[in-house]
Amino acid sequence: MSGAAQTVGIRSVPVRSKDRTGAALRHLGLRGAALIYLGAMVLVPIAAIVTKGFGDGLTSFRTALAVPGAWPAIRLTLLTSAVATLINAVMGTLLAWVLVRYRFPGRRVLSAVVDLPMAIPTLVTGLMLLTLYGPNSPIGQALEGVGLRVAFTSIGILLALCVVTLPLVVRQVQPVLLELDPAEEEAASTLGAGAWFSFRKVVFPAIRPAIVGGGLLTFARCIGEFGSVVLISGNLAGKTLTAPVFIFQLANQFRPAEAASIATLMFAISFVLVLVTARLLARRAEA
Amino acid sequence: MSMPIKVEGLTKHFGSFEAVQDVTFTAAAGSITALLGPSGSGKSTVLRMIAGLEQPTAGRIWMGDDELTAKSVQERAVGFVFQHYALFRHMNVADNVAFGLRVRKEEKASRDARVKELLELVQMTHFAHRYPDQLSGGQRQRIALARALAPRPRVLLLDEPFGALDAKVRQDLRRWLDELHRELGVTSLLVTHDQEEALELANQVVVMHEGRVEQAGAPADVYNDPATAFVAGFVGAANVLHGHVVHGHVHLGTFQVPGADHLEEGAAVAAYVRPHDVRVTEEETGVRGRIERMATLGWLARLSIKLSGGETLVAHVPHDELGGAKEGDEVWVDLRSPKAFGIESDSAGSAASADPVNGQGVTSPVA
Repeated sequence: MSGAAQTVGIRSVPVRSKDRTGAALRHLGLRGAALIYLGAMVLVPIAAIVTKGFGDGLTSFRTALAVPGAWPAIRLTLLTSAVATLINAVMGTLLAWVLVRYRFPGRRVLSAVVDLPMAIPTLVTGLMLLTLYGPNSPIGQALEGVGLRVAFTSIGILLALCVVTLPLVVRQVQPVLLELDPAEEEAASTLGAGAWFSFRKVVFPAIRPAIVGGGLLTFARCIGEFGSVVLISGNLAGKTLTAPVFIFQLANQFRPAEAASIATLMFAISFVLVLVTARLLARRAEA
Repeated sequence: MSMPIKVEGLTKHFGSFEAVQDVTFTAAAGSITALLGPSGSGKSTVLRMIAGLEQPTAGRIWMGDDELTAKSVQERAVGFVFQHYALFRHMNVADNVAFGLRVRKEEKASRDARVKELLELVQMTHFAHRYPDQLSGGQRQRIALARALAPRPRVLLLDEPFGALDAKVRQDLRRWLDELHRELGVTSLLVTHDQEEALELANQVVVMHEGRVEQAGAPADVYNDPATAFVAGFVGAANVLHGHVVHGHVHLGTFQVPGADHLEEGAAVAAYVRPHDVRVTEEETGVRGRIERMATLGWLARLSIKLSGGETLVAHVPHDELGGAKEGDEVWVDLRSPKAFGIESDSAGSAASADPVNGQGVTSPVA
C-alpha cells in the first residue's frame, strides 16, 4: 500500500573492485528470486482470474450478475462480511484494550487464545461451530427454543466469520495501544477530561488507523471465507449460499467462466475498497 | 486566584518499596516551591499525588481550605506540565491549548479568545496550526504550559519541565518561566534534580532524599545553612573532610575548625566546605598545603590543593586574591564556615577515601 516500499531500490554497498562482479550477481540473484516468487505466487494467479473474468471486457460483470443465484450470493457475502467487520472492529478493539490496559491472572493465556482462530484449520472451526450450534446439539436446541436459529442461517455465517477473523483487529490495535504515551491521557485527566472523553479525543485518533487497517483485513478475509462457512451455512441457494461457496460449486459443475466472472467481481469490490480506505486514511493523516 | 498548597504526612508505597515517607510542607500562595532531589528521591511521586495521578498510601493534601485527598484528578483543577510535554499529537497547537476549555464546554468564542491570549503569552501565536511533531522541544514545552494554564488552574505543577531540553534552551526557558510566574502569580510546584534551577527559580526549596524531606527553606538558607550532610553535599558543590570532635572543635587531620558544639565528644564527623569558602592566604593561619593544579575559569581560579595532612581540597579563588601563587607553590589554607555533621563510624572509612580532585569529594561542579 505504501509507495515508499516500492521506490526503495536495492543499492549495492560500496565494495572493493574485485568483489564488485560477485556482489552485482548476488544482488541480481536475490532481487530476481524475490520478484519471481512474488510474481508466481500472487501476480500470475490474479492475472489468470482477471483475464478469465474480463475475457469479454467489462460485459463479464453483467455476465456474472446474470448467472442465476449470483446476485443473492454476492449480496449475502457482502452483508455478512460488513456486519462481521463492524462487530470485530468494536470487539477486537475492546479485547486489545483489555489485554493491554488490565493486569489479571491468565492475561497471557488469553492473549495466546486470541491467535487460535487463525491457527486452527477453518474447516475444523466450521465443524466445531456445527457441533456446538447444530440442530442436534443442546445449545442449538435451546437457542431454537427461544426462536434463534444459528445453523444453516445467515447468523451461523456471521458467527463463523466473526470467529475466524477475531485476531485481525486485535493484533493491529494492540501494538499501537502499547506504544501510546500514558502521559497524554494523564494530561487529559488533569485538564478535567473523564475517561470516555479522553478515549474519544486522545486514544481513539491514535488507534483509528489500526482499527481501519484491521477492519480491512477482516473484510477481505470475510468475503473469501470458505472453510468455516461451508458446513454451518447449509448452502441453500438464494438464502444461505455465499459467493465463495457458489464459486466452488460452479467450478465443480464445469462452469469455470461463470465462476471466474463472479470471482473477478468479488476481487474488484475488495480492491476498490482497499483503495478508497487507503485514500481516506492518507487524507486524515495530512489534515 | 492563587492558592497555597499544604501536604501533611504524605506517604506512598509501591508494593514493598517506600517511595515517599511522611512528607510535610506548605507552598505559599503565589510562590514557586522547588522539590529538589536526585532521581528516585520521590519528588515526582509527591507532585503526582498532589495532582491526583497517584493515590497516597497515607497523608492529606489541601489547596487553601479545600481538602483534595479524596478528590479525583479531574476535580482538582490543577495545571500539570510533564517532562516529555505529553502534547496530544493528533491535535494542532490551538486544539491542544483549547482542550481543557473544551472539556468544560466553554463557548467557541470565549475559547478562541483564551487560546489566542495564551499563545501570545507563550509567544507562539504563529504556530497555532502546527502539529506537535513540527515543533522543537522548547516550543513544545511552551505549548504544554499554555495548555495547562488555559483553564485558569489554581496551582501549577511542573514535573521536570526542562529535563528533556538541552542546556541553552533550559536557561532561556528558565528565565522565561520566571518572568511568566511574576506576571501570573500562580502558586507553582517545580520538581527538579537541578539545584541551580531550584535555587534560581524558587522562593522555597524542599530537598528530598530517599522519599523523605531533608530540609525545606528559602534557597539561601538551604545553601548557606544545610540541615543535613545530604543537603550540604547535594545543594551546591562541597569538599568533604573527615575527622572527629575534640572539645567542640572538628579535628580534621592536621588542623581544627570550630562549629561542632552540637556533636558528641569523639564522634566521627564529615565537614562540608564550599570551594569558594576555601581561602588561600599569605598569613600563617589554618594549614599548609601545596597547589597541585590550577585551572583558570575566567576571573576565578580552580585549584586542587594537597594539604599537609594528605587530604585534597578543591578551591575556587578569585585571581586577585591569589597573590601570585602558582602551581607547585606552598600556601596557607583557611576554611570559612565548614558545616560539620556526625556520621556513622563504619561508613567513615570508605567515605574518607573519596578523591576530591576528581570530583568525587566535590558533589557537583560550580558553573
